[in-house]
Amino acid sequence: MLSQTAKLNTKIFDKDVEQAPIRKGFGEGLLIAGKADEQVVALCADLTESTKMDLFAKEFPKRFIEVGVAEQNLVTVASGMAAMGKIPFVSSYAMFSPGRNWEQIRTTITYNDRPVKIVGSHAGISVGPDGGTHQAIEDIALMRVMPRMVVLSPCDAIEAKKATIAAAKNGTPVYLRLAREKTPIITTEDTPFEIGKAQIFFAPEKKAQVGIIATGALVARALNVAHSLSDKGIAVKVVNLATIKPLDTEAVLNLAKEAGAIVTVEEHQIAGGMGSAVAECLAKWLPTPQEFIGVHDQFGQSGTMDELISHYHMDEKAIEEAVKSVLQRKK
Amino acid sequence: MSDLSDQKVKELELQANSIRISIIEMLVEAGSGHTAGPLGMADIFTALYFHILKHDPKKPDWAERDRLVLSNGHICPVYYSTLAHAGYFPVKELLTLRKFGTRLQGHPHREYLPIVETSSGPLGAGLSQAVGMAIADRMDKGVSSDRFIYALTSDGEHDEGNTWEAVLMAGKEKLHNLIAIMDRNNIQIDGFTEDIMPLESVRAKYEAFNWHVIEIDGHDMREIVDAVEQAKAIFEKPKMIIAHTIPGKGVKEFERKYEWHGKPPNKEEAAMALKELRTLGGKIRSEHE
Repeated sequence: MLSQTAKLNTKIFDKDVEQAPIRKGFGEGLLIAGKADEQVVALCADLTESTKMDLFAKEFPKRFIEVGVAEQNLVTVASGMAAMGKIPFVSSYAMFSPGRNWEQIRTTITYNDRPVKIVGSHAGISVGPDGGTHQAIEDIALMRVMPRMVVLSPCDAIEAKKATIAAAKNGTPVYLRLAREKTPIITTEDTPFEIGKAQIFFAPEKKAQVGIIATGALVARALNVAHSLSDKGIAVKVVNLATIKPLDTEAVLNLAKEAGAIVTVEEHQIAGGMGSAVAECLAKWLPTPQEFIGVHDQFGQSGTMDELISHYHMDEKAIEEAVKSVLQRKK
Repeated sequence: MSDLSDQKVKELELQANSIRISIIEMLVEAGSGHTAGPLGMADIFTALYFHILKHDPKKPDWAERDRLVLSNGHICPVYYSTLAHAGYFPVKELLTLRKFGTRLQGHPHREYLPIVETSSGPLGAGLSQAVGMAIADRMDKGVSSDRFIYALTSDGEHDEGNTWEAVLMAGKEKLHNLIAIMDRNNIQIDGFTEDIMPLESVRAKYEAFNWHVIEIDGHDMREIVDAVEQAKAIFEKPKMIIAHTIPGKGVKEFERKYEWHGKPPNKEEAAMALKELRTLGGKIRSEHE
């Protein structure tokens, strides 16, 4: 059943559950962060409306910088502003930032230790019709490999708002991963959020047989699977991993200890992603059978979100199969 | 014309000579590193840290200081040598360059040496950081800010797309508080810039991007100081000072040879170079005199 302490949206399993794009929550959060601290500034690479920076740009035109289609300049100018005490948020599509400007982020932001917040919107395969060139499914790997970088991947618009506000205050470089399409609202304003803390979203009444660790928009699908399997007598616990780095190793190990089998769920390449981060932790401290939901070393293509999520085996059916498969592997 | 007295010019030239001597000493001790660029930029670094910049070695984090971004981090021996001679740290520490545990990393890293404004090495990213600093400075201080942002760039790094993104943006933003200086020494690792990837007319390029451009002899103290004074007086535009320099300047054997871009002198070469520098008696004459 849904975790009580997480204070989630009780309508999450209804057919008409409210939906909103995760990026929308970022736009709202940035405006709040901007009102709270006048050092917060925003820079965009010619995608102000679609990355939802327009709310901030309208309210604070003097603190908004239009950089044009120049992602290398986007992050390096932001680094310079951070050197003067600003807290810059930079937004583009994840494929271009951090996709195109990785070395500039490394040298001028993380190596340089500047608290720039890199917002990768339209991440994942679910961006859909634009096709494979625009589907960033490598960005988690690119960002989590960098020392000092905090990597956040909120599961819905409300969590994205909280993640944005928290990022403005944490004092470090941050990568914030957002999705384009509308996805179910899972959390509520009352759901706790803390950078570095994973949260149990769904807990079976009895001891869990399998633990799912999910991140981003696919958390909703993981919850659907846990819900429907509980009716079939399979006890699945679901943890929402909104902070991929630093990894909440305590939460990961507690889940592995209880369930003895793990399925990781992410809209990203399996290589180097969130599942890899979990596997690095488990391999060292508590080797546990694990199945990985994600893209298997392929590029995406045009299609609707649902078509692509299903084609690349990240839908409820695929997650359920992974749960059953890892159950078989338990000793 | 600048109000630099002949005496002051002589002092600065003497200082630049000491900085060059330290560059040779530290490079031969390190056994690796870049020689031509640091020697070529010694006069400009000297003019900046001993006359032009608003800074205080006793208060390196003074908020009102001018900012200096070294984009082409590989010429850091001249940066380190100048900082040491200006009093930021002991001159003898220069001999730790590139060694394990040193604050003087092979390319500048502010985690180890916080008095450098930015870490640098990978080319083409310094000008845009300076653009960001200039925008932030104007946000906080308005257009009458008397805190200037200096960006030191190389000609070779104008091959990088990121450099031109910054040039474009500085023109758009009319960053009058941004003064860039290009080390126009005509060499890069694989050869002469005009053979590898021609930049000329680089002056016309900058002017087309709405910059004010000044060209100088980068070894003439008066021209360096005058150019910065002129740059400060120009509003509504970012400023580029194209400083024509001689790579390896001060050691005849090293001058104008791109082979000296990325290697240090061996012991014999260093002894020869040090003898030449020390017997000049502090008199570095401009090539144009």
